[in-house]
Amino acid sequence: MKITVDMVKCEDHGQCVFAAPDVFDYNDDDTLVWDSEPADTQLAKVQHAAAVCPVSAITIES
Amino acid sequence: MDRIIVAGASLAGLRSVESLRAHGFHGEIVAIGDETHPPYTRPPLSKTSLTTSAPLDEVLIPYTAEATWKLGRKIVGCNLDGGRVALDDGSSEDFDGLVIATGLRARRLTIPGPVGGRHVLRTLEDARELAGELQPGRTVLIVGASFIACEVASSARARNCRVIVVAPEDHPMLRVVGAEVGAALQARHAADGVEFHLGTLPVRFEGTDRVTGVVLNDGTELPVDVVVEAVGCSPSVDWLAGNRLDLTDGVLCDNTMRVIGTGNAVAVGDVARFPNPLFDTVPRRIEHWTMAGDTADRAAGSLLGVVPDHVPFTPLPSFWSDQLGVRIQGFGVPALAEEYTLVSGSLDADFAVAGYRENTLVAVFGIGRRRDVSRLRTELLDSAVNSPV
Repeated sequence: MKITVDMVKCEDHGQCVFAAPDVFDYNDDDTLVWDSEPADTQLAKVQHAAAVCPVSAITIES
Repeated sequence: MDRIIVAGASLAGLRSVESLRAHGFHGEIVAIGDETHPPYTRPPLSKTSLTTSAPLDEVLIPYTAEATWKLGRKIVGCNLDGGRVALDDGSSEDFDGLVIATGLRARRLTIPGPVGGRHVLRTLEDARELAGELQPGRTVLIVGASFIACEVASSARARNCRVIVVAPEDHPMLRVVGAEVGAALQARHAADGVEFHLGTLPVRFEGTDRVTGVVLNDGTELPVDVVVEAVGCSPSVDWLAGNRLDLTDGVLCDNTMRVIGTGNAVAVGDVARFPNPLFDTVPRRIEHWTMAGDTADRAAGSLLGVVPDHVPFTPLPSFWSDQLGVRIQGFGVPALAEEYTLVSGSLDADFAVAGYRENTLVAVFGIGRRRDVSRLRTELLDSAVNSPV
């Protein structure tokens, strides 16, 4: 699985961080960071993160 | 179950189609919506759709889930026992299972006066019409002081309109943020140039074909060019009449999102009134963007019988509002709060506020202060785990 976040679309809602905290997080500068190739065990959570993104900024390629 | 009708083709309808597929349904899904557009997202309609010339595809929601979409078709009747809906073109569609996702429609004022220049904001067409009216120098009257009303006020100021807010409550967004935060946000809007007439109601519009002024119940007369009626929404449930359902303020559901009194119907999104054990046993409608996805997932699981009924459904409401160049972000049900506590920051800058009902945390919201808001969000979820269901 490969994750892309469109940072032009991203409005910093942080819903992905709540949906998949092991994949998405904020660093100390309050900037979104993410694991672009997480383990497949995270798939359901990452799919949820993509679905709850209010601006559909997250795409998943398998 | 071979054929499911999803009544409504907005966010909640789309999320229902996706959830039915995700839960393993391989039968036929027909999604029917009265708007002509494919599913789109509404939050930008009061913001960027008004302040920029954002193209249509900016708000369309990308999706891949397979369904037959019947757009621009209104459902006018339903026979739940017979498993059939009637459409406005005289045709009908049969179903084994029904997902009710017809959402809300904007309320309008019913006071005397011309109709020209008066707007509501619910649909993409509404936003397009309003955007064309927000010309620099015009006076825009916003009736109502909700999140959406304040977002429109902020957008209209960004378009260099003169903005007047008229509403019966004493502070904007009172029901959500309480009096103290409401007053602080009101001061920010006032500093941005918004004129408030709170504790008042419009009683009459002036003008012949088009509104030229408004008269308030305290006798104040104001010249206005454009009116936005942000006075709430009503659930779209007329088409369900005659099925012995409780349609008082939406469609009454149990905690599994099944419509009470039926065996083949669930409801999702803004139209569904359901109890959430996270807070109490009172059924409520929650008009938040994320609730469409949460309820769709559970409703699909219940309708298909893949999520056991005894598993409690406890979605945490999540909401936000963009206005004045900042975002108010929150979780829980602030309307339940009896008292608010400032957790950190100050109300004229960044802050986090917690809302309590009988010493139980029921909501948190803030501007910035992500760590504090996030910590209290976790507390909200934890209190739910510990509370009896």
